[in-house]
Amino acid sequence: MSQVISAAGAVEEHEHHSKVPGLQEHFSEMQQQVDASKIGMWLFLVTEILLFGGLFVGYGIMQGKHPEAFFEAHHHLDRNLGALNTIVLLISSFTMVMGVYSAQKGNKKAMVTYLSLTLMCAAIFLGVKYFEYAHKFHEGLLPGRFYTHKGDTVPGQFMFFSFYFMMTGLHGIHIIGGMIAITWVMIRGLRGDFSPGYYTPVDLVGLYWHLVDLIWIYLFPLMYLIS
Amino acid sequence: MSNHTDTAHAEHHPSAKLYIGVLAALVILTVITVLAAGVNFGSPSINVVIALTIATIKASLVALFFMHLLYDKPMNTLIFLSGVLFLGVFLGFCLIDVNAIPEIVPANAKVALPVPAPGTPGAPGTAPAAAVPGAAAPAAAAPAPAEHH
Repeated sequence: MSQVISAAGAVEEHEHHSKVPGLQEHFSEMQQQVDASKIGMWLFLVTEILLFGGLFVGYGIMQGKHPEAFFEAHHHLDRNLGALNTIVLLISSFTMVMGVYSAQKGNKKAMVTYLSLTLMCAAIFLGVKYFEYAHKFHEGLLPGRFYTHKGDTVPGQFMFFSFYFMMTGLHGIHIIGGMIAITWVMIRGLRGDFSPGYYTPVDLVGLYWHLVDLIWIYLFPLMYLIS
Repeated sequence: MSNHTDTAHAEHHPSAKLYIGVLAALVILTVITVLAAGVNFGSPSINVVIALTIATIKASLVALFFMHLLYDKPMNTLIFLSGVLFLGVFLGFCLIDVNAIPEIVPANAKVALPVPAPGTPGAPGTAPAAAVPGAAAPAAAAPAPAEHH
């Protein structure tokens, strides 16, 4: 995009500016806007990492102090369901990135298809999580003082379920937030807001979705695969 | 998918083929991590290290390719890594202190939890874990209980 200095040129630039779809008034060109948006998104993602980080650090300390209780408690989780959910989420990350890729190429139909597939994977993930939660509710494997499971050989297993429900619960809330965001970019995509020159919202929602996947990549071994 | 028309963009826009390759690697690593969890390497801390190493490789694949860090401006990587660094600082500083506290028991514990009295390693249930520095870190070799059934 041309850099304009003269007053007459500035008007020209302004007119040209308004023709670029998606470009906000306060950015001189699209590349600058994309860079600024991405930096903002990454800063947000870092706050998300630190939000989960508090729980991970707490988990690390408690697990280190009470390894037997955590080890015994984790037997109540179904390793296969955890692995299934991991793979479902990895596939959803793939379909998400393909959605971004399609938006990049200006292929609206493919983008909407890939985003729908991502939503489908997210729904499967939540469905599996629902069955897991229902099973634990039924057995009284609940966090803190709500823990009513009988017949434990090692005391203190409620600690594991406190972390389990807080961490997977917060993660689940992020999944729901991601689904809302994906639906939003899908509607905008159908409306024809995006083009190969402007697809930043799809890109940023993609980043968010991958972060949710990234957190699960750590949650899975810590919760389901204690040795 | 042919890329002949956009070779100029090839380095900025990875191909669909690459994404499929990354997904395959991620799924294979997931299978490996599940299988490795069932193997006895002699010490549970080795399992923890293996599981977290594989998780970190998977996370790196996601960040580099799916999140485009490999193709983006380095500023984004810098922001991401600074977040990871501060998480490390957070964890590290907590672990410095953790062994100075003989027992960490939740306030809402209804029953007495097995906690070794100071100076008596190997109290029931806890093994020598609490006496060794870095025991709380899942990443730092946690010499958790020696035998499980």
